[in-house]
Amino acid sequence: MKIAVCVKRVPDMDVRFRIAGDGASLDETGIKFDLNDFDAWAVEAALQLKEKAGDGEVVVISLGPTQAQETIRKTLSMGADRGIHLQTDRIPFDGFAIATALAAELRDGGYDLILFGKLSPDSSNGITGPMVAELLDLPCVTAVSGLEVSNGRGTAKRELEGAQEMMEFPLPAVLTIDEGLNKARYPSLKGIMAAKKKPLESKPASLGDPKVKIEKLELPPDRAGGRIVGEGAAAVPELIRLLQTEAKVL
Amino acid sequence: MANIFAYAEARGGELRKVALETVTAARKLADATGGEVHALLVGAAGITAKATLLAEHGADVVMVCEHEGFTHYNPEAAAALAAEQIGKGGFKAAVFSTSAQGRDLAPRIAAKLQVGLVTDSISVEMNNDVLLARHPMNIGKVIATVAIASTPALVSIRPNTYSPVANPKAGRVENVSPVADPSASRVVVTEMIEGGKGKLDLAEAPVIIAGGRGLKSAENFSIVEDLAAAFGNAAVGATRAVTDDGWRPHSDQIGQTGRLVSPDLYIAVGISGAVQHLAGMRTSKTIVAINKDKDAPIFKVADYGIVGDVLEIVPALTAAVREARKGH
Ligand SMILES: Cc1cc2nc3c(=O)[nH]c(=O)nc-3n(C[C@H](O)[C@H](O)[C@H](O)COP(=O)(O)OP(=O)(O)OC[C@H]3O[C@@H](n4cnc5c(N)ncnc54)[C@H](O)[C@@H]3O)c2cc1C
Repeated sequence: MKIAVCVKRVPDMDVRFRIAGDGASLDETGIKFDLNDFDAWAVEAALQLKEKAGDGEVVVISLGPTQAQETIRKTLSMGADRGIHLQTDRIPFDGFAIATALAAELRDGGYDLILFGKLSPDSSNGITGPMVAELLDLPCVTAVSGLEVSNGRGTAKRELEGAQEMMEFPLPAVLTIDEGLNKARYPSLKGIMAAKKKPLESKPASLGDPKVKIEKLELPPDRAGGRIVGEGAAAVPELIRLLQTEAKVL
Repeated sequence: MANIFAYAEARGGELRKVALETVTAARKLADATGGEVHALLVGAAGITAKATLLAEHGADVVMVCEHEGFTHYNPEAAAALAAEQIGKGGFKAAVFSTSAQGRDLAPRIAAKLQVGLVTDSISVEMNNDVLLARHPMNIGKVIATVAIASTPALVSIRPNTYSPVANPKAGRVENVSPVADPSASRVVVTEMIEGGKGKLDLAEAPVIIAGGRGLKSAENFSIVEDLAAAFGNAAVGATRAVTDDGWRPHSDQIGQTGRLVSPDLYIAVGISGAVQHLAGMRTSKTIVAINKDKDAPIFKVADYGIVGDVLEIVPALTAAVREARKGH
């Protein structure tokens, strides 16, 4: 089974973001980047499928600046077989631009499965996977939290609001992976050493024309917060009063 | 004079509340452009009866497609039909919900039509013929204003940000035919498992009571359930610490890798307030936190906090809420 996993390097979210001088992008100085968590679960899913099948190849593709190669190396140290880096100056916000470049790379790859994380927390769009599926005219299931693949077909579980859907689909297919499917493995020391020798090809990305554009970024005002009504059950009557008269939610 | 398309989401033969939200948002845009709202509704036989409710919320036209292949969500057939109708209808914009269905559908349609899409919008407006959507990114720490220059412009709105508004219109029903045979789709929903019929979903509940590891055990979640029941319009959520331990299903998880919610009232019970949790609930209108640690980060975002033991405070709060809501 030949599986492609598309991964993204995303900024550490536990920081105070700063807006760059243009007012429409973020100042990235000093920010650490790492593999998107949803993408790590997608890599894990691919590795488990390959292990179960007994043979196959896991190819990891990442679009972005040169540093995206570090992100690919991390997945190689988890066990992926080789990497493809699609070079751009920066990762566009627009999912369509990204999906176009990925689709061009994936089109003739002969993959049985193409996996994505369901969302990346930076752009928070969650659209790249299904757009690639559409551009390649492949079956697609999004937000997969349960997965079985055998004999050229798959079944997947998808979380809905207060319900679940069980889906069936033929291969080749595109899936986007939700939390809960698996726990991503940590790279072992041996894995890290092996990753250094695995093939990683870099080539320019052919981005699609962006369809949306960030006009402006703002940092939402901090919530006022911090108001302690009291301690213990004795504070309950005062909380009720505030919910009724001030917040008007009761 | 430009019309706006709205995707009216249904499940199990019923309209979802988010359908009324998308129609409400579309109505606002249509009032600005001086156009009409055309809603698309797909389902099994009988779904046409739901068109009335869409009309009451501002749909001038309801395009209905009844087909057995739409008994369950049918991503390929629904995307093909919506793309065709949006493409040929000359719409200025098309509005979806950022629900599980909308998240799945909107990007497929955007790619089919090669137009721009902004998901999870907290507000949308027309500005000189360009649709501007406000879109939280970086786990809500940054708000982007995004311009969609394409026509049509596709947006999906965050659930619970547009309250359904009654705005009766004609709601003329037009029957439309599927593009491809819905029974021949490659991807098929073989089963839908409804969890807890009649229970409010997190995306729809005006009040959310969320529990964290401070509750100490799965059994103690009963005090959270009781508080939710006392409100009558509340759903129960959880942190990842809790879903990881299997006290609650993953679908209850609120946060960066779980659900994004913005209820009128969010009560955090025994939750520390990790950044990944705040990512999912910081846009709630009023936040209450109950935690025994007065330095817990959750208090920094809470409008009201009580310091102390949840096992003591929550039952007292439940009794007081019941008392306050007597007669409701
Ligand atoms: C990649 C990644 C993604 C993540 N995604 C999410 C996500 O989507 N959602 C999410 O919630 N988390 C997420 N997390 C986990 C997050 O970092 C926190 O670990 C988690 O939110 C903590 O849950 P908690 O508040 O229930 O537990 P804790 O942090 O353990 O906090 C428990 C709190 O309960 C209080 N407490 C204890 N006993 C009592 C008592 N008797 N009465 C009152 N208070 C009491 C304590 O003071 C403490 O503040 C993610 C983490 C990572 C790394």
